Amino acid sequence: MNLELKQVSKTFRRPRRSVTALDRIDLAIAEQEFLCLIGPSGCGKSTILNLLAGLDFPSEGAVLADGVPVSGPDPSRVLIFQDAGLFPWLNVQANTEFGLRMKGLPSAECARTAESLLEMVHLEKFSRSWVHELSGGMKQRVALARALAVDPEVLLLDEPFGALDAITRDRLHGDLQELWLRTHKTMVFVTHNVREAVVLGDRVVVMSPHPGRILAEYRIDLPRPRRMEDPCVIPLAGKILAGMQVS
Amino acid sequence: MPGGKRDMPEREAAGERTGFSGKLLGRLLFFAALLLGWELAFRLRLWPGYLFPGPLEVFDTLAHGLLHHSFLIGIAASMRRLLLGYGIALGIGLALGLLMGQLQWLKETLGLLVLGLQTLPSICWLPLAILWFGLNERAILFVVVMGAVLSIAQATEDGIRNTPPIYVQAARNLGASGWRLYFSVVLPASLPSIVTGMKLGWSFAWRSLMAGELLYALPGLGNLLTMGRELNDMSQVLAVMVIIVLLGLLTDRCLFALLERWIRERWGLSRRRER
Repeated sequence: MNLELKQVSKTFRRPRRSVTALDRIDLAIAEQEFLCLIGPSGCGKSTILNLLAGLDFPSEGAVLADGVPVSGPDPSRVLIFQDAGLFPWLNVQANTEFGLRMKGLPSAECARTAESLLEMVHLEKFSRSWVHELSGGMKQRVALARALAVDPEVLLLDEPFGALDAITRDRLHGDLQELWLRTHKTMVFVTHNVREAVVLGDRVVVMSPHPGRILAEYRIDLPRPRRMEDPCVIPLAGKILAGMQVS
Repeated sequence: MPGGKRDMPEREAAGERTGFSGKLLGRLLFFAALLLGWELAFRLRLWPGYLFPGPLEVFDTLAHGLLHHSFLIGIAASMRRLLLGYGIALGIGLALGLLMGQLQWLKETLGLLVLGLQTLPSICWLPLAILWFGLNERAILFVVVMGAVLSIAQATEDGIRNTPPIYVQAARNLGASGWRLYFSVVLPASLPSIVTGMKLGWSFAWRSLMAGELLYALPGLGNLLTMGRELNDMSQVLAVMVIIVLLGLLTDRCLFALLERWIRERWGLSRRRER
């Protein structure tokens, strides 16, 4: 699925002042691309994800999915939140099945799909666990399985690994790259960690805050799978970071 | 003192280990002392015996009343009224709360009325109820329902309105909408608030029922209290009060407290267990 933002502005109206989160953004994301959006907080990168997910709408401009304006949320574009957003009243299995149940699929089929996805994220032993019993990394893996269950064409990831410890995060970087290499789903990954962006993205788009604008773009042509401490990742991340600091 | 500092964690750990039985022992001692003081005051004849019976006499009355069914009949009559009234209040309160949570105009109009009426002690409905229904069961049920229904409606509305947006966003993103979204996400997400309202409603219903029954000649715990007063039987009054306290403790602390703790834990509202 191709995604495109055309001259998109987004203004949040507050009682006393209005905040321009995005200022005339032009951004095209190709099918099967792994795009990373980075920038300091307040640069509107999460807003872009919400617009792409159809959970919010632009004040001006157009958000297009395969050339058609986005009119609302759709299981073809699934957003994964920083704190996973799992439903605490459902166990791991039922959380994973959620999207399939909403489609009205028979429960045997829901269960089968969920089981194979939980196996993929190495959580098959925890299918009967409750959300509050899981660690942060496990929650994100369930969120990933829940998103993949509806077989989306686009995964939108909003700092999904921001609150995790380094070891868990590295492992999930590996899992995510492996998933992408296998399925080539379009990925839009938001982070404020430059190295994480270099590890994951084909392309890194750097944004600046107040108002949110696109500052620079870098193409990353390193072999996969990449890791945070790879010798070719570090200088590239340094270069991007230097570019951010100059502006 | 370095030595003293090193001892600290050990002592704390020991305190935790003996914490439960230590607390229990303290409580037992406290109540034993209380009963002993009571018996002593009774023996000293500080007040006339018919106004101030001893604990043994009260216990006798309690046992006698329970064995000879007169208390049991009262308990059963009161509980039946309570369950019926609470059941009706639960149905109406939940429905009202769900509607108010969904319809903004209803919240702005009816919601305000609910908020206002909540300040009215529900026993104040009794004169109205008597004029409407007469001196009978239905009037007392009305008072019980009015006692519970408002807080249940209020808490339900609150829960619906304060559904964490992330759950709704995640669900809509995965294809949920309309009634499916409502029943599979909005409703369960507001369960913690609804349970709090149910607990509050129960205790209001209980209080309203006792207040109502005191003014009635229908069988029930309140009536047993009135009868004790009329017969100058202080030990019956105290025995019935003990029953009321125990019943209240049983439902409030056991049933609802357990339900609330379960929900808090499952919903991840409290990370550490209460001691």
